[in-house]
Amino acid sequence: MRPETAWQALAQGPLRFLTSAWPWRSLAYLLSGVVFGSVAGFVLLVLAAAGLVLLAVAVGAALLLAVVLGSVLVARVERWRLRLVDLEPAPDPHRPPERPGPRCLLTTRLREQATWRELGFAAVSSTALWWMDFLVLAFALGTPVLFAMSPRDDPHAWPWLIAAACMVPAAPYTLTAWAGARAALTRVLLAPRDRELGSELTRIRASRARLVDAFDAERRRIERDLHDGAQQRLVSLNVALGMARLDSAPESALSRQLADAQEQLTLAVHELRELSRGVHPKSLTDHGLAAAVDDLAARTTVPVAVDIRLPHRPPQRVETTAYFVVAEALANVAKHSGAERARVQARLRTDLLTLDVWDDGVGGADPDGGSGLTGLADRVAAAGGRLRLSSPQGGPTLVHVEIPCR
Amino acid sequence: MPLNVVLAEDSALLRDGLVGVLTRFGHRVPAAVADAGALVDAARAHRPDLIVTDVRMPPGNNDDGLRAAVRLRRDRPDLPVLVLSQYVEQSYAAHLLDLGGDSGVGYLLKDRISAVSEFADAVTRVAAGGTVIDPDVVRQLLHRRHDPLQRLTARETEVLSMMAEGHANGEIARALYVTEAAVNKHVGSILQKLDLHVDGNGHRRVLAVLAFLRGTGR
Repeated sequence: MRPETAWQALAQGPLRFLTSAWPWRSLAYLLSGVVFGSVAGFVLLVLAAAGLVLLAVAVGAALLLAVVLGSVLVARVERWRLRLVDLEPAPDPHRPPERPGPRCLLTTRLREQATWRELGFAAVSSTALWWMDFLVLAFALGTPVLFAMSPRDDPHAWPWLIAAACMVPAAPYTLTAWAGARAALTRVLLAPRDRELGSELTRIRASRARLVDAFDAERRRIERDLHDGAQQRLVSLNVALGMARLDSAPESALSRQLADAQEQLTLAVHELRELSRGVHPKSLTDHGLAAAVDDLAARTTVPVAVDIRLPHRPPQRVETTAYFVVAEALANVAKHSGAERARVQARLRTDLLTLDVWDDGVGGADPDGGSGLTGLADRVAAAGGRLRLSSPQGGPTLVHVEIPCR
Repeated sequence: MPLNVVLAEDSALLRDGLVGVLTRFGHRVPAAVADAGALVDAARAHRPDLIVTDVRMPPGNNDDGLRAAVRLRRDRPDLPVLVLSQYVEQSYAAHLLDLGGDSGVGYLLKDRISAVSEFADAVTRVAAGGTVIDPDVVRQLLHRRHDPLQRLTARETEVLSMMAEGHANGEIARALYVTEAAVNKHVGSILQKLDLHVDGNGHRRVLAVLAFLRGTGR
């Protein structure tokens, strides 16, 4: 896999890493960081100091505004510089102003949370980050040079020369590691948050979630219709047959035929019940996730320890998603894993439901192998959550799900 | 002995079927209602020997019937309750078993009604203070407590599930074609292996066994 960031590049083999462009990219990133950071930091600090001193006069406020807008510029340059060590571009988090003109631009920027994040970043960058870039550069490149300048003819200085020789290959790692850390910080602060990605994406997400909700509502309706209609009818019919059998002569041909009919009908009722349970479990609606998972566990052929402790019931969408994850995961445990035991654990932390389904089976579950996990991951994603699977050959298998409860 | 049974079932077809079965076996049904509120009223008005109710009923169409039964039982701890359900749900069974009181409790799948004689037998047993638990529920419970049950022999597991369904030793003996003495021996061995300290044959033994299987007690 081609590395996308400086940190991913570090994980490659040493030869590959050292011969790649990444150490040089990191060097360029840090050098430009020192130059740009010191200049921008100096300008911003002077502006801010002057603004504070002159705050009594109106011009001070204007200078402070310039600091804010200046940090927006700094952030733009930083996002551009970021591409040296992080191939995925960081988009601009700002909205275009509704009307042209400096006034509207100013009010739009001041109302955006991204602007204030950028101001914070500019403050950190101009007071600390470029210093640290400088220190890392000095340590990684300066120290070996300093050691190498020890006199060659003095045996007491040889350890220093050896140390210098050892430090040369380490320098690219030091540089790249710090460049990666700085890039990660930059991305966290300066890349757009979800809600800044534009209303289009938000709308798609919402419609996906609505679609899942509509499916769930439909499933509940089908289950209710099956329960109120066909199931009751079949059971009543079976009762009528039972009564007829009671009235027929025991051991007669009629009695035997009735018994046969009853047997068939019982099977049909049974199949219908299983079908309707798969469509939507009743105990989930009535008694919540813990009870419904208990019922699932009881029907699984592998012994399942259920540990679900929730202080209150999560929203219906979250509950239903979590339930179907457990149902699918336990079905996989029973069908493929050869496990002797399994465990289901769920916790609600502030507004996040975490769910773990673990088994001690053979592992090697493949999310692309039609195990139904892909569909579940999509479903979890539609609820704004994520599903992760760990299933090395030889086991154990762990399905971990996080769903936000908003 | 003819019983006064108050019946609640929202499907008219099945309600008629149930009234038919109960009267066929000589019981009286002074009230057959279609929702949980009417069940509470009818049970208070008629002072029945037994109530038979569906779990899922109007007004909420959730477990309204079950909750009405729990409420009635709280008012009158000696009122036997037989609950019918379309599905085996541990959570429903758990609510029922936690009812308290010494009188009969039953939880059966609706399928069982069609075996009319057995159903009539279950009605009598619950009214007489016994416990009747659907074999499917017991099967799931047995499945759940895996470890301690491995110490039981196959025959003992069979006896245990019949105990949990609420059968007395005599009935177990007849069903398994063995003598009652043999069943007594199995029962003693089971209770010892599971470290359960209960005597006798009745309701308390069933509850102890069920509590053990549910993992809520010993």
